[in-house]
Amino acid sequence: MKSGRMDLRGLEETVMRGLMWLALCLVAGSLLLIVAVIAIRGLPSLSLAMLTQTPRGGYYLGKEGGILNAIVGSLYLGAAATGVALAIGLPVVLYINLYARSSGLTARMVRFSMDVLWGIPSIVYGAFGFIVMTAVGLRASLGAAIVTVSLFELPIMVRAMDEVLRLVPREIGEASASLGATRLETAWRVIVRQAMPGLITATLVAFGRGIGDTAAVLFTAGFTDRIPTSPGQPAATLPLAIFFQLGTPFPEVQGRAYAAAAVLTFLVLGVSLLARFFAGRFARNTVK
Amino acid sequence: MNLRLVRDRAARRGFQALTVLCCVLVLPILGGLAIRSGPVLKTQPLWRVLFSSDWSPTQGQFGLLPFLAGTVYVTLLAMLIAVPVSLLTAIFLSEYASRRVCRCVLPLVDVLSGIPSVIYGVWGTLLIVPAVSALAGLGGSYSSGYCLLSGALVLSVMVCPFIIHVAREVLAAVPRGVREASLSLGAGKWQTVKRVVLRRAFPGIVAAVVLGLSRAFGETIAVLMVVGNVPVVPRSLFDPAYPLPALLANNYGEMMSVPLYDSALLFAALALLVMVVAFNLAAKAVLGLARSEAA
Repeated sequence: MKSGRMDLRGLEETVMRGLMWLALCLVAGSLLLIVAVIAIRGLPSLSLAMLTQTPRGGYYLGKEGGILNAIVGSLYLGAAATGVALAIGLPVVLYINLYARSSGLTARMVRFSMDVLWGIPSIVYGAFGFIVMTAVGLRASLGAAIVTVSLFELPIMVRAMDEVLRLVPREIGEASASLGATRLETAWRVIVRQAMPGLITATLVAFGRGIGDTAAVLFTAGFTDRIPTSPGQPAATLPLAIFFQLGTPFPEVQGRAYAAAAVLTFLVLGVSLLARFFAGRFARNTVK
Repeated sequence: MNLRLVRDRAARRGFQALTVLCCVLVLPILGGLAIRSGPVLKTQPLWRVLFSSDWSPTQGQFGLLPFLAGTVYVTLLAMLIAVPVSLLTAIFLSEYASRRVCRCVLPLVDVLSGIPSVIYGVWGTLLIVPAVSALAGLGGSYSSGYCLLSGALVLSVMVCPFIIHVAREVLAAVPRGVREASLSLGAGKWQTVKRVVLRRAFPGIVAAVVLGLSRAFGETIAVLMVVGNVPVVPRSLFDPAYPLPALLANNYGEMMSVPLYDSALLFAALALLVMVVAFNLAAKAVLGLARSEAA
């Protein structure tokens, strides 16, 4: 009787272990499957012309040209939106960790608000950007997209940076203050420098999310074959280029959508690797 | 000397202003959407917009029921697939896996969560859609593959890394001593996980699932690309569906040309926002409750 129960227990253990391995393989396998499928379908259509030319006449019918407009548009958009989010986010994170008490009401309210914003789907940011755009009489443009995407990136960045700054020991700031530095000097020259690799990681993560997002720029970026030269002009982005090209019935154009998808995937993977690299350096930097 | 103090004071004011801005940022979003969705609510009562399935914008009928049903079905089906897989993975990573396995797998999970949703969509059309179509063929029915099941499958892959991440943190917060006590009483590893660790971590895991649910709810592009987008309430797994976010994304172009259309779509955005915020607040409340209980 006793040994029968033991066997059942052992069996349950084995079955659950097997299921866990299966789940793990499913998760890891789906990542490999995604990268593999995108690479296999995308790379054959990828050519130098695609990366270095803007679309020519009849491009969306399968004629010559490339997606340089979308690549440059994505980089402009990602860089500018990340810049705006950084300019708002970093001071806020410094304020709640250095100026206000880190567990006080202000800090709690900011964290709560960021959690709420973080949960809002990007299509809602897109709709909000659209409302603002029409309210002030702007048309879909790079500028409008930058505002929308920076809003979308802000909570991602603030949450990540808050985690980083919370790990910086208070004593470092106190030591700096005891030497007569003002809070601004302490924040800027000591705390930010100490946490730099972590802050770079947070910025890169936000940048990666920003260039990869489609729904927020669908309403606001417009779409054009030209490379924008000012924020008032419409802009193309890689996700939009993929989305629109896939919607055409021509196999050549769809092939280019897969190639654009491969470009975007490798871009995002590269950013993510870079972010991991800096995160590793931060781990070495931490004072325990 | 003076200049340093002036600069410090100015920076403090500036930082404070930005912080206040960040605290109230959700209000203009909520307010803007509410104001713009007012006109459609003036012509039709709220329950009519939410629960009528008559969607004909040119006739001024804006019943959101097919879209709400599409969203709910796709999301629930995706969670049905994603929750067991991600919980098992999270348990494995926190309870069973060696440090080396964790170091290999965790970056993969991170990368998976960073892949843009349009890439998931492309992957879905290339792999999942034909597979589902073939599956329907095996069952003796025809389906283009652009259907409820494809949307749910793609969505489930997208929310997995997210649930794994939160659930792993929750499991890691269960004190070591609890596990050791159970093991020392002769319980097996899985018994300990089932009877002790999971029971202790239960509220946190509920929160992880709810957070994943709210993520899945608002996911737009990837689902839109594989789900078929036909505005009827789906009757089977192989029927096309039309979730709320897809409705928004597909019609932004013509929404200014039909009266009240823009208002109805922005009401859809508002509904999405309210539901997602409600989910997040609920998850936060559950987590807070769990934390105060643990302390």
